[in-house]
Amino acid sequence: MSIKVEGIQKRFGNFVALDDVSLEFPTGELVALLGPSGCGKTTLLRVIAGLESADGGRVLLEGEDASDTHVRERNVGFVFQHYALFRHMTVFDNVAFGLRVKPRKERPSEAVIAKKVKQLLELVQLDWLADRFPSQLSGGQRQRIALARALAVEPRVLLLDEPFGALDAKVRKELRRWLRRLHDEIHVTSIFVTHDQEEALEVADRVVLMNHGRVEQVGTPDEVYDAPKTPFVYGFLGAVNLFHGRVDGNHVSVANHAHPHLSADLPHGEEVVAFARPHELDIVVGDAHSHGIGATVTRILGFGSQARIELQSEHQPGVPDQVEVELPRTRVRELGLVEGSRVRVVPSQLAVFSRPAAGALATGTAS
Amino acid sequence: MSAIALNLHAAPRHYEDNPATRETPWIKWSIVGVSLLFFALFLLLPLATVFVEGLKKGWDAYLAALVEPDALSAVTLTLLAAVIAVPLNLVFGVAAAWAIARFEFRGKQFLITLIDLPFSVSPVIAGLIYVLIFSTHGWFGTWFADHNIKIIFAVPGIVLATIFVTFPFVARELIPLMQAQGKDEEEAAIVLGASGWQTFWHVTLPNIKWGLIYGVVLCNARAMGEFGAVSVVSGHIRGYTNTLPLHIEILYNEYQLSAAFAVASLLAMLALVTLVIKSWVEWQAARAASDDLRPE
Repeated sequence: MSIKVEGIQKRFGNFVALDDVSLEFPTGELVALLGPSGCGKTTLLRVIAGLESADGGRVLLEGEDASDTHVRERNVGFVFQHYALFRHMTVFDNVAFGLRVKPRKERPSEAVIAKKVKQLLELVQLDWLADRFPSQLSGGQRQRIALARALAVEPRVLLLDEPFGALDAKVRKELRRWLRRLHDEIHVTSIFVTHDQEEALEVADRVVLMNHGRVEQVGTPDEVYDAPKTPFVYGFLGAVNLFHGRVDGNHVSVANHAHPHLSADLPHGEEVVAFARPHELDIVVGDAHSHGIGATVTRILGFGSQARIELQSEHQPGVPDQVEVELPRTRVRELGLVEGSRVRVVPSQLAVFSRPAAGALATGTAS
Repeated sequence: MSAIALNLHAAPRHYEDNPATRETPWIKWSIVGVSLLFFALFLLLPLATVFVEGLKKGWDAYLAALVEPDALSAVTLTLLAAVIAVPLNLVFGVAAAWAIARFEFRGKQFLITLIDLPFSVSPVIAGLIYVLIFSTHGWFGTWFADHNIKIIFAVPGIVLATIFVTFPFVARELIPLMQAQGKDEEEAAIVLGASGWQTFWHVTLPNIKWGLIYGVVLCNARAMGEFGAVSVVSGHIRGYTNTLPLHIEILYNEYQLSAAFAVASLLAMLALVTLVIKSWVEWQAARAASDDLRPE
C-alpha cells in the first residue's frame, strides 16, 4: 500500500517536532527515516500509525485520507524499540493476539489461528519458542517475535520504530540483514526509523534524512551518500572535513589557497562551507609544493587496505584544527609518512554550500 | 565453561558469606539485638497482650464477648462498610491510575494532590466535614431531611467516611507501577486491532494484577480498622452504628477490659491475615518482576 503524508505539522508545547513534512512512500518499498535524536522521525512514524495526531496536514493511506481513521482500523503493523511484547502471554499467544481480538464474525477459528501462528513463527525462524514467555527470550528473539506479531494481522504497511536500537552491535547487524531478506520475501510497504546511518544505507531501498522536524533529502542510499544536497546530510552520512571559505570564480578560496569545487552556481564572493570526505583529501610531501594546507601527522591508523591519517593543521582561518585523511596503505608507505611528518593536505574535490545558519550542520564533523 | 559455572556456584552469594564485606561480630550482633528488642517491645508484646487479656476470663467469656448481639452487629456493619468501600475504591483507583499514568491533561497534578488528600487530612476532620455537609443543620441536611434520608449518625455516613479515608490506597499503589510499565504494550494491542475494553482486560489488568491486589488488601485493612472519621459520623448508637473499633472503645470505656480485648483480637487477627496475604502478594510480584528482568 502506498503512503503519502502532506504538510504534517506537530508541536509538543514550544518544541516543533514536525514542520511541514510531505513525503511519499511507494508500495512495496523499504524506506528508512534517518536523523539524529529529536529530529521528528519517530513522531512522523507514530503520526502515520495514528498513535499521535498531527496538528496539521494529512496522512493518505492508499490515496484515502486516514486522518479520522482510528489506529485499530488503519491496519498497520507497528514494531516498538523495546519490543512491547505482552509479558504475561506466551510467544504463541502474543502472535495470536491480533487474530483473537478480531470481531466475532471476522475472527478465524482456533485451528486456523494455530496454523497461521505456526507459519509466522517459522517465517521468523523461532517456531521452537512458541511456549516460552517473552522474559525467557534474548533481545533479538523478542524483536523477531514482535515482528511476527505485527505481521499476523496482515498489515497493509509495516512501521518499525528503531527496531534494533536496544540490541548489541553484532545482533543488530545480523537482524538488519535478516530484515532485508524478509522484506524481499513478503514485500509489504515498510518504514523504519533509525539514527544509525550505516543501518539505513545498508537496509533501505530509499532513505529519508530528517533534521529539526524537516526533510533534508530523499533518495536511494547511493544518491544521498554520493550527492548530499545539504550540509547537514553531508555531515551526517559518514566522516567529513569541514572548511570555511569564499567563492572565487570557479574555485573556492580557503585560507588563501584556491581549490576547485563541485557546485556550479554560487555567486562570486559568497561565503561558503566546503566539505571533503577523508578519501577526497590527498597528502603531498616536500617543499616543492606550496598549495594545500600545512599540517603535521599526529596518528596513523592502518586497518585493511586503507589507512586513516589524523593531522593537526597549522592554524589558519577556515581550516579545522583536526583533519582526517584516508589513503591506501601503499601510498602511505610511498610517502614515507610517520607520526610527526610535516606535510601538505590537498583536497581533490570539495562540495560547497552557502554558509548555513548556525545549528543547521550535523554535530561533529569527523565521526 | 563448566569451570566458570563451578566458580560462580562457589562464589559467596551474600555479603555475609564473604569475609571482605562482613561486619565485625560486635557491630553485627548489637544491630541485630537492638532491632529485635524494638520489635519485641513495640510490636510483639502488644499483640500478645491483646490475646492474653482477651482470654483472661477463659474461653467461654471470650466467645460470649464475640457472639453478643452488639458485637455481631458491629462485625456486620464493619463488613458492610468494607464491602461497599473497597470495590468502589478499586474501580476508582484503577480509573484514576489509568488516567494519570497514561494521559497528559490539565490539572493532573491537582488530581494527584486530591487523591492524596485523605492521607494528609486528619480522619477526625474528614468526619467533621461530612457532618458539616450532611447533618440536619448542614448544607444539604434540610434537603435530605425532607426526603427522609438519614446520613449522619446512620450507616450511609459510616460508609461515606470509610470510602473517604481509604480513597488513595489502590490509586497510590498503581500509579508508579503503571508509569514504570509504560504504555507500549497497550499501544501494541490497539495497533493490533484490540478495542479499549479488550486492551484493558487482556493487557493492562494482567500487568497490574499484583499491585492491584496489594492495594486492595491495604485498602481493606484500613476500611475495617478505621476509627477517627467513622467515630465522628457514627453517633455511637449501639447495635446500629457501631463498627468494630467503635465497639471496642465503648467496651473499654465501660471497663469491660476482657470483652474489649476479645473483640480487639478479631481486628488483630484481621491484621495478621492481611500481613500474610500482603507478604504472599509481594513475593509473587517480586517473582514476576525478576522474570521480567532476567538478562537477555
